Amino acid sequence: MKTWRKHLGLVVSLGFVLLLALYPIVTGRDINRETTFTILMSIALASSLNILLGYSGYVSFGHVVFFGLGGYVGMYFLSVHGWPLWSALLAGGLASGILAFLLGKAILRLRGAYFALATIGINEAMKAFINNFQPFGGPIGMSLNFSVYNDYGGAAKALWLTFYILVAVTLITVTVSYLVRTSRFGLGLLAIREDEDAAEIMGVVAPNTKTWAYVLSAVFPGIIGALFFFKNINIEPGPAFRLHVSIEMIVMVMLGGQGTVLGPLLGASGYQAMRGYLLTSPVFKDIQLAIAGSLLLIIVLFVPAGVVGWVRNRFPATRRVLQ
Amino acid sequence: MDILAFLVDGLLIGFVYGLAAMGLTLIWGVMNVINLAHGPIIALGMFGVYLTFSSFGLHPYLALILVAVAGLLFGMLVYGVAISRVIDAPHLSSLLATFAVNMIIIGLATAQFSTTPRNVDISLGSLSIGPVTVLGTRVVAAVGAMLTTGALYLFLYRTRQGRYIRAVSNNRSAAELMGVPSSRILALSFGIGTMLAAVSGGLIATFFPFTVLSGGTYELKSFVIGVLGGLGNPIGALAGGLVLGMLEGVIPFFTSTAFVPVIEFVLFVVILLVRPQGLFGAKQ
Repeated sequence: MKTWRKHLGLVVSLGFVLLLALYPIVTGRDINRETTFTILMSIALASSLNILLGYSGYVSFGHVVFFGLGGYVGMYFLSVHGWPLWSALLAGGLASGILAFLLGKAILRLRGAYFALATIGINEAMKAFINNFQPFGGPIGMSLNFSVYNDYGGAAKALWLTFYILVAVTLITVTVSYLVRTSRFGLGLLAIREDEDAAEIMGVVAPNTKTWAYVLSAVFPGIIGALFFFKNINIEPGPAFRLHVSIEMIVMVMLGGQGTVLGPLLGASGYQAMRGYLLTSPVFKDIQLAIAGSLLLIIVLFVPAGVVGWVRNRFPATRRVLQ
Repeated sequence: MDILAFLVDGLLIGFVYGLAAMGLTLIWGVMNVINLAHGPIIALGMFGVYLTFSSFGLHPYLALILVAVAGLLFGMLVYGVAISRVIDAPHLSSLLATFAVNMIIIGLATAQFSTTPRNVDISLGSLSIGPVTVLGTRVVAAVGAMLTTGALYLFLYRTRQGRYIRAVSNNRSAAELMGVPSSRILALSFGIGTMLAAVSGGLIATFFPFTVLSGGTYELKSFVIGVLGGLGNPIGALAGGLVLGMLEGVIPFFTSTAFVPVIEFVLFVVILLVRPQGLFGAKQ
């Protein structure tokens, strides 16, 4: 009972994800499953970005590179080597983690806008490289044979399977995000965010701490990328490394509240709900990008702490629940 | 002999790239803001020239003057609405604010013009010197870029406003203590940065086809050039533009054209890591 109350913040966050996941399971409709799939994917991506962006304050503008690389590695093993889905997902996550580890050693030395620029450069370099990399299909990309779904009981069953896997990955991501935030390691990250030099003097080994945060925030996008493109059956360099997706991830984190566990969950759900509405509304569908941009501008200018941050500042009593 | 022709062509385009990057790097130098709305503004410059040319029949090079003025005013407006409030906030805020402007421009422009390719249909013939033949429009664009750079330098070094800009870029609080009206100067600098982007867009429109989304490519090139030349250093940007133009001209001789962006972005990341002050910047 006592530990349960101590981790109220985690309970609230996991409960939120489970409620979302139950919606298509209870209604049993494919269309609801697809909507929820998009929302859960955004939640997991935003939560993993938050580990780097929210806790350590390093702005990764090219985070989609891990999603794309994970997708490519996963698809490569699925289509060329015929690996089962599980191992392909792990391979995708592992590849992204290794890339983050190698990159982290180099580019995390850069601070502020220089780091943001470098991450954009890495994403573009990776996209251009994959475009020319024949084992990964070059500009055409790779496709799975439709019969691959037969191993999982046909396409309809396979789609439900990807959904359940995504729910599990999302729950794990949120738990990891919470554990990082409440751990000593997370305190080190928060210290780096506030003042990196002071943190180092206080004994935080900044380079290692930052690198591990970067690796953690890259592994989950890698797994999700492999899962998404398995479901999508086809992968191409353009959709895999779209810079816009990176920025959407940042927007979701900002919207909900950077540096909080619950923030990316609310931000991702809110953003996707709004996007769905704008895309289908007859009035706004042509200018949905402009509306999303205006909303982003308003948040950045007037509510920089995001929804959760604002509520926490305004009503201190909620701080125990909203973490 | 062929390689010479490509080298000259690359150099001519390099001047225009340099001009685009100069806008980005000026804004960075003065206010430490990376302008992610740079690409859409380049695209607006392209469309400005295209629309005045196709609807009013104005000569594209005259239209450039209008585009320059509109770019200056538009930049000051953007600064007032989106940037001025986040100028002292963490980098994330200014990156996102400028990206929001990017989304708004792209969203509205796509709704208005769709993403079908356009081109400004003018030809100035071509110029042959020995084995090298270059298009007239590219020569004029390179000359235009050089003239604009010259004008920028005269402005920065020979006028009071220009001196204020350099002072604010050097140390804003010290400049404020000396009585420099810093908020006005910041708006002016952002306006000039935007103007340079719009003009370079207009020049590019005279020799390449373009869409609403074309600006993105040149924005990324501007980042590469800005880092090559040292962020915040306008002359470095011009030199960086020449280097990039040359690379684009010469690389296809050694490997497939498709590898050009790979080499560009790898170079970009490596320079950020090894020499963040740029190839032409002084050690800080």
